[in-house]
Order: sequence, then C-alpha cells, then structure tokens
Amino acid sequence: MGERRLWRALAGNRRVVLGGGVVVLLVVVALGAPLLAPEDPLRQDLLDSLLPPRWSGGDPRYLLGTDGLGRDIFSRLIFGARIALTVAVVAASLAAILGTVLGLVAGYFGGWADMVISRLVDIWMAFPPVLLSIVLVAVIGAGLHSVIIAIVIVDWTRFCRVVRAEVLVQREQDYVTSAVTIGLSRWRILLGEILPNLLPVLLVLLTLEMGIAVIVEAILSFVGLSVASDFPTWGGLIQEGRQYVYQSWWLMALPVACIIVVVVGFNALGDGLRAVLDPVMRR
Amino acid sequence: MKDILEIDDLHLEIRGMAVLRGVDLNVAAGQVHGLVGETGAGKSMVGRAVLGILPGGARITDGNMAFDGIDLAQLPGASRRRMLGRHMSLIPQDPMTALNPVYRIGRQLSDVLRHSLGLGRGAARRRALELLDEVRISAPERVFNQYPHELSGGMRQRVLIAGAFACGPKLIIADEPTTALDVTVQREVLRLIRRLQRNEGTALLFVTHDLGVVAKICDRVSVIHSGRIVECGPAEALFSAPQHPYTRALFAATPRYDRPGERLMPVPRQLTRRMRDDAAAYDQHRRAMARYA
Repeated sequence: MGERRLWRALAGNRRVVLGGGVVVLLVVVALGAPLLAPEDPLRQDLLDSLLPPRWSGGDPRYLLGTDGLGRDIFSRLIFGARIALTVAVVAASLAAILGTVLGLVAGYFGGWADMVISRLVDIWMAFPPVLLSIVLVAVIGAGLHSVIIAIVIVDWTRFCRVVRAEVLVQREQDYVTSAVTIGLSRWRILLGEILPNLLPVLLVLLTLEMGIAVIVEAILSFVGLSVASDFPTWGGLIQEGRQYVYQSWWLMALPVACIIVVVVGFNALGDGLRAVLDPVMRR
Repeated sequence: MKDILEIDDLHLEIRGMAVLRGVDLNVAAGQVHGLVGETGAGKSMVGRAVLGILPGGARITDGNMAFDGIDLAQLPGASRRRMLGRHMSLIPQDPMTALNPVYRIGRQLSDVLRHSLGLGRGAARRRALELLDEVRISAPERVFNQYPHELSGGMRQRVLIAGAFACGPKLIIADEPTTALDVTVQREVLRLIRRLQRNEGTALLFVTHDLGVVAKICDRVSVIHSGRIVECGPAEALFSAPQHPYTRALFAATPRYDRPGERLMPVPRQLTRRMRDDAAAYDQHRRAMARYA
C-alpha cells in the first residue's frame, strides 16, 4: 500500500487526529515533566494549603491551586502523567507480547496447544478483572512493577483471543498455501507471512489496551496499591482529593478530568485506527 | 518420454469420506497434462496431494506418488520442503488472495528466489525483474515496487506465474489458473503459460473444469469422475473420439462455438449428485450413461 495514501487517510480521520493529539500531548507532558512543572510536586507549604485555582481567586503562583499539604496541583498532575504513561506503554506492550505469542501458537498449530491455551483464556475470563488485579497486587506487594505485572497477567487474554481468531482466518488464505508451496518452514510462515497481516489489528488493540491500563493504574493507586503514596499519581490524587471534596472539589475533579481525557484519547485513536486500517489493509 | 510424475492407485479420504478412489496418472516430462472433471470430482485434491498441501482432515489412505523417480511418501519433511519451490511449484486458482497483501511484489518474488536458489539480494532483484519481463509485464520496475492490491487480477496471475516458473521447476501444478479471470485475460494467460512451459521444458499438470481451456493447452488429458480417472489419452484423440460415456456426457454439456444453437445436454442428475462417498455408485449409474454410449 502506498505509504502516502495511508498517512493521508490517517490525517483525514477526526478520531485519529484527536486521539493522536491527546496521546502526543501526554507523551510530551510526561517526558518534559521536570521542565514543564512550575513547582516541585513534593514540596509542601502548609501556609498555602487548599488554595483554589488561580482564576477563582487563588495565589498566582499556583495555576490550579494547592492540596491539603500545600503542594502544587498543576505540578502533581504533570508528574502523575509519567506514571500513567509508563504503565500504559509498558503494561500494554507486555500484555500484547504475551497474548500475541500464545494466540499465534494456539491459532496456527491448533491441536492440544490450542486446547490448553483456549481453556486457559476461558478460565481467566471467568474472573472479574479489577478484582483479580487488586488481589494480585495485594499478594505480590504494592509498587509500580506489581501494577504492571497485574495488568499484564489480567489483560493478555484480550490479545490472545483476537490474535488466535485472526490467525485462524489468515492461515486459510491462499497466500499461506503459496508460502507452503515454496517450501517455507512453519515458523517462518507464522512470523514472516501471517504476523505482518495482524499488525493493524494489534495496533488497534494495543492503543485500546493503553487506555484500559491507565484506568487500572488509577484504580490501583486509588486503593493505595501503586507507587509510594507521596509520589503523585492520578489515582492517588483522586484519593487525596476525596477527603476535601466538600471544601475543594477541584482536587478530585482535576485528576478525574486528566484520566477521562487520556482514556478518551486512547480510545478515539484506537477506534480511528481501526476505521482507517481495516479497509486499506484488507483490500 | 520419461514420466516426471507417476501417481499409482491413489486413495484419499477427507474425514472418512472417500474423495479419490484409485487415481492413476502419469505426467510426462515437458508435457501439459490436463486433468478435467466436475466440481467435487477430486481434481484439485490430486494436485494438492502431490504438493503436500492437503486441507485439514484429508488423509492419503493408499497408493503411491513418485516425482522424478522419488517416492514422495518416503521423503522426510525437510527434503520435501526443499523440493517444493525448487523442483515443483503451484499456480494457484485465485490470484486475488494468493499474494501476501502486506509485501511488495518484488519482495515476494525475490523471497522465492532467495529461499529456493539461495540467491543474494541483488541477484534476486535482477532475476525477479527479468521474470516480470518474461511474463509480459510492461513496466517491471514499477510493478516490482507495488503492492498486490494495486494490480489487476490478470497482472497478479502473471506475477504468480512468474513465481511458479522462478526456480526452473520440473513440474508445475496449475490449479484452475484461469477460472478467476475474465475471458479476454484468460486467453493471454493461457498463451503465456504455454509459451513459458515450452521454453523451459516444464511439465504441467493442468487442473480445470473448462474443456475449452483443455483443448487450447493440453497434450494429454485425463478425465476424472467421482475420484477415479475414467479416461486418459492424447488431447486430440480424446476430443475427436471420446471413448468413455462420461466423457461424452461432459462434451454434450459444453457449448461449442462451431455448433451454435446445438442443444446442450446436462450430465445425468444421478451423476452430478455427491456420490463420492459411495464406491459402488459410479457403477450403478452405468445405465444412465448408456445413452451417451
């Protein structure tokens, strides 16, 4: 396919542009946090606690006001983006790799490998995912690693199911038969011929999974199972803001808004990619 | 002339249903051998059995296949894979799906050459361009850099033909290579296959249901019905004086341009039913055949 036509199709899709914009913004904010944040997110100033945002009569030093310990909300939100992005990228990618490998094996080789993997997926899906991840983190201990591990362990099935189904379709295609008749080995066909045809689907799934990972991380940090509590995460900020919701509603509303914008961004990007890639690649 | 492919009493089942019931077929080196039959007669399965690309559930239950004197059943998997592509190849039925949609044409052709002949990147590229030229693609450089969906069906079939002839195989199985093309393109593609086959001295097993195609291209013809070869002979003899009643029934059901207005006779209904699961069925319907005798 012409690369130029693909780029034009992507640029012409509103959801791709909107979602892509949000994701790019998230990346920029997360990577540039030390430069963008006006204050140290951990610095407390009890004399300036619970200041409202600047536009509703707060201190001009604090754009979005301060929390109960006088920490700058704006800076904390910016640093919170780092955790959100790290979890989104790392956890979603690892879940994608694990699920894809198992899905490829199950779909292509079939037989008992398919039986074992498919039953495993069925069993997995019987657990409520949020509960499962909370239990997992509780067992392996709090921390960023645990959050990532929990997301991978819970969500690999999303990739596995879709990849397996897609491989079942692709392996019946004539181009696979052609590959067999020129004497390619099974692994080479699976990785060199079939896998590239799954990339559009994987890209869409990966984007959607990143949005899910952001939510799961927020949930886990809300219940205090993510990174150490003084370091800002969006889930943690919601949890802190909850105590002051009657005096300073923005403490809770702002991180919630961040999560909503980012998740909607990932979902819009995923949906947009699906719309663009499907008809182009499947012709 | 020496036989490049010898099939002797081949039996094949798909999930317990007999599809081939003792097929004998010899393809002489350098000849085009037509395999004609109705849908479901098992003709494609013969080619697939030779190439070792049977669908799931299909099993060879009896018989021998020898390629160039080598018993295919005895050959270990790795040697058989080496033989594929290098000495034996396939022109598939549907050019729309037989190329991998994510790779450029040039890369797919080069891959065949690099994998089977061990050519380097540059050599494979040069040879691929030559091949595209040989199959009468007018702008090889451009097509080399195009993706399959940017080409028409006829162009894709040419690319696939180039791929099948790429490594100078001794035998090519052509599985209804013109069925998916429209009639004008069909003609060109047939001519192309015939020309390359003559130049390269390749043997061709040409599987089709189209008698017109057979008449144009084949040296010898085998007629397959319900998993058995009912008649085999030189194309001319078979067309001028078909011996077997089924062959006659088939001819009577085919329109001929030299006899317009002639009434077509359908093949008797008993024969078109699926009777491949019943070994005795064919013999039972001798009577239905009698009127073509």
